[in-house]
Amino acid sequence: MDELPIASGDDVVRVRQRVRVVAADSGLSLVDQTKLVTAASELARNALVYGGGGTARIEAVTSAAGRAGVRVGFSDDGPGIADLDLALTDGWTTGSGLGLGLSGARRLVDEFELTSKPGRGTSVVVIKWSR
Amino acid sequence: MERVPILKLGRTLFVSIQIDLQDDSVMRLQEDLAAELAATGATGVIIDITAVEIVDSFIGRMLTMIGSISRLFDAETVLVGMRPAVAITLTELGLSLRGVRTALNAEKGLELLGGSA
Amino acid sequence: MEIDGSQGRMAAYMRDHQDKVVGRWCELVAAGVRGRSSAVEIRAELEDLYALVLRVMAGADDQAVGELRAVLAELSGSRARNGFTPREVALGVFSLKDAVYELVADSADLVPEYLSFSRLIDDLGLHTFETYAAAREQIIADQAAAMLELSTPVVRLWDGIIAVPLVGTLDSARTQLVTEKLLETLVATGADHAVLDITGVPTVDTEVAQHLLKTVNAARLLGAECIVCGIRPQVAQTIVSLGIEFGDIATKATLADALRHALTHAGLKVTGADRA
Repeated sequence: MDELPIASGDDVVRVRQRVRVVAADSGLSLVDQTKLVTAASELARNALVYGGGGTARIEAVTSAAGRAGVRVGFSDDGPGIADLDLALTDGWTTGSGLGLGLSGARRLVDEFELTSKPGRGTSVVVIKWSR
Repeated sequence: MERVPILKLGRTLFVSIQIDLQDDSVMRLQEDLAAELAATGATGVIIDITAVEIVDSFIGRMLTMIGSISRLFDAETVLVGMRPAVAITLTELGLSLRGVRTALNAEKGLELLGGSA
Repeated sequence: MEIDGSQGRMAAYMRDHQDKVVGRWCELVAAGVRGRSSAVEIRAELEDLYALVLRVMAGADDQAVGELRAVLAELSGSRARNGFTPREVALGVFSLKDAVYELVADSADLVPEYLSFSRLIDDLGLHTFETYAAAREQIIADQAAAMLELSTPVVRLWDGIIAVPLVGTLDSARTQLVTEKLLETLVATGADHAVLDITGVPTVDTEVAQHLLKTVNAARLLGAECIVCGIRPQVAQTIVSLGIEFGDIATKATLADALRHALTHAGLKVTGADRA
């Protein structure tokens, strides 16, 4: 598993590059790689901008049925999200939601787990499986 | 900080995005573009993203803002060269690039600009 | 799978009579597969399995269980791909019980241990069957994917105008494939018009409409305009009653109408040829 710090814009780029490599090695199609890396970019940026910096954990995983996949986790010790439902609202075109792009990122991956409490930071774990 | 070069061809400005842009280079690009538009009176801007592998909301916002800046100077923006994988991801993401037209490549982008001049 | 420490005695007994038991096991298995595997192959496979089973029963190391399950999964996966029936595959495991029973039939004191052993074999047999079923499902999935790939042609109607005839249900997987092919063709041909023919799509509900919309939006990002054609009367009714809006996407009844629209949009005109 790779653990990368997220403390600057360059770190976000590094996370993208690492996720790309692991996704390609896991046999994800180009489109699936792009979706995962885009989601990772979104989440890493969130950790940086709203979480005051954090960590990304990237690892190749295998499902019970033997399928290869990539799990990426993001954690920060920022202020946390008070209203999770609102955060997951589609904020793209309507301007509602918290503009965190979480709902968009969720659509790009197969599994999405968000844990956050005000004052306790935020953790998002996503998984994309190969087809 | 890397500066993105802006080329001028006739009444059109060309911007080719080759690298991962960060906050400061994005600001710089937008400033440079505004300056060029004001100085040259260009009527069209072509942003080539052939080399761009990922368009997230940050880049999306940058592109939309460039479209808005251009419009302030009465210029039209065309985004060209989007990769298929990026297009599919953007539609899944639901990211709408408001105020920016799109074309397959720079040549078609020029045709698009020429037609509406 | 529980590792019963008391199976140590049974394991030792089975090790002492290894040749006899494995020999009998091979006979039973060979009878089941009816010549599709050679005696030598069967012997080699079963000897390895036997050794692993004994290790598991002796409870000596933790890895034995994992290894045994992995070897069985590998075997049943390969059997599945080679067309063996589920019964043949499972019988391979269950027949060990018969072979061992013949060995201990006269020893009453080994009965409780035999029962534990029997449970272990049952569990292994089920595991074998599960992995066999999973392997078969994978084959079906692979075939479905291949069929999907074949049934998504993109044709060139004219310079700059391509058409995608959609046949069958438009689910998320198919839409993705169609979109990918469409976009690749746009890049390859430099087309700026794409006609999506949905004559062959049986139902168009809100979900299908959303999929179509995504495809259209993706094509637009590559500078192409889309026209949806092949809207049958019943489909038209469904679309309207569901309140689906196609917005600014042109929709036509037939492919011919769509072609005419695209040609006009492209600034082209079809005129009669002068016949001399």
